[in-house]
Amino acid sequence: MRRNYHLFVLLFPVIFWLICFFLLPLVSVLIYSFIERGTYGGVRWVFTLENYERLFDGLYLGILWRSVSTALVCTAICLFLGYPFAYYLARYKPKHHNILLLLVVVPFWTNFLIRTYAWILILRTEGILNNLLGAVFPNWGPLELLNTPLAVQIGLVYGYLPFMILPLYAALEQLDMSLLEAAQDLGASRWRAFWHVTVPLSLPGILAGSMLVFIPTVGAFLTPDLLGGGKVSYIGNVIERQFKTARDWPFGSALSFMLMGIVLVGTVMYFRALQQSESEVP
Amino acid sequence: MKRVLEANIGLVYLFLYVPILAVVVFSFNSGEQISVWEGFTFGWYAKLFEDAALWRACRNSLIVAGVATIIATVIGTTTALAIERYRFRFRTALTRCLYLPIIIPDIVLAIALLTFYVQTRIPVGLLSVIIAHCVFNIAYVTIVVRARLQGYDNTLEEAARDLGANEWQTFWRITFPLIAPGIIGGALLAFTLSIDDFVITFFTAGVGYTTLSVHIYSLLKFGITPKINAISTMLLANSIVFILLFLRFQGRTTTSQKQEV
Repeated sequence: MRRNYHLFVLLFPVIFWLICFFLLPLVSVLIYSFIERGTYGGVRWVFTLENYERLFDGLYLGILWRSVSTALVCTAICLFLGYPFAYYLARYKPKHHNILLLLVVVPFWTNFLIRTYAWILILRTEGILNNLLGAVFPNWGPLELLNTPLAVQIGLVYGYLPFMILPLYAALEQLDMSLLEAAQDLGASRWRAFWHVTVPLSLPGILAGSMLVFIPTVGAFLTPDLLGGGKVSYIGNVIERQFKTARDWPFGSALSFMLMGIVLVGTVMYFRALQQSESEVP
Repeated sequence: MKRVLEANIGLVYLFLYVPILAVVVFSFNSGEQISVWEGFTFGWYAKLFEDAALWRACRNSLIVAGVATIIATVIGTTTALAIERYRFRFRTALTRCLYLPIIIPDIVLAIALLTFYVQTRIPVGLLSVIIAHCVFNIAYVTIVVRARLQGYDNTLEEAARDLGANEWQTFWRITFPLIAPGIIGGALLAFTLSIDDFVITFFTAGVGYTTLSVHIYSLLKFGITPKINAISTMLLANSIVFILLFLRFQGRTTTSQKQEV
């Protein structure tokens, strides 16, 4: 009895907070996504499916595809850069590997806005990169780098690379190196041992890192807004516009729900893949 | 092969740190252009002190982060205690739901809260931002405190109880001092994330309740001046201080525990 009372006291605040300020808000967007937009930016309490029908407009499907493909490319680049990085830190344990690892965590603690702004400083027409290029090749005109999809892609990789490296490192650090030696003793080449032992065993890290990169990048708003200059739209920007300038909250809500749907599909695929990878490893 | 890996390490660090260093270097640039070097000056820092709007935004950020950190730290700690100490029916479900607010994209949480505030007529001001920040901060504090509780020696509590301490005394004399570094670490993380948050604040703060991040955003959107480099450098320095503090408390975790035992 006393135990239940303690548990209740400990859990009441979090359950209250999650229900009131997380679950109910999600229900509230769901409701908004099914009502009509009013004439002057308000809403009319009439049920409609129109907001969801509009999602299948070619324009929005294109934006959706751009967001998903950009997030996938970002995840792939982060994996490509992050895997060898984490592998080196975990396998060779260089002298100051704790400090090296800390340097990866630092960006997580620094303002995302500022880290994105840093790329404006570098990529703009009269920015650092163009100045350097101009000094080396005076005949070239300045390159238009800012406000392009490339700038957005760079900014996203920059922002989320640490989220890939940390879970990869955690997975690779726990890896039992004697298994690799065993594979090589049995005649596997280093490359074969890597593909058939290291990669499958670090799969949980690969999956977790990919999730942590894909989910925030698919719904990114700030990076495309600042580095894309509003010229190229991603779902995050379209949602923002519905709430800030276009004042079409019901449609913005429907877009958010679609975004949630994508994230949910991603999460389900993640858990499936995780279970599969666990069942394959004896 | 090792050479290739080393080259990759170097490239990644350059990629991660050159942009940040560029901001710091150009905060001392005397030119009017943000990215064309002309000479050394502290002038932009001096200008920060005269900027009333900046200080108002700073004050708002500190209020939001301070209050949100206190609430989130208390709730996160009780949650971590419940999850690590008790076995109850919805334990797994709760742990999954708890981390949802930090898994879903920021913008979804932001507009969910915005529509909720409008429907329930909760005014959008600083309070609405504080509530929003608690939603994600509770999860982060829980993660940090849970980690602390996992490497924790239960026998000390049993000893205290055997010696006649009641549960309340046991908690304050034994449990709390032992997990305090975790709680402080969680609070530091929550405070930093709260100060740095932009997207959720942008949607849930009312007009006239600008925080530091929202202020920087509007500077970036409507006229970039070299002052931004100085503000950014100050914020970066602030982050470094917080990480070092965090590490200090995390580092103490194992050593002090051993000493006490």
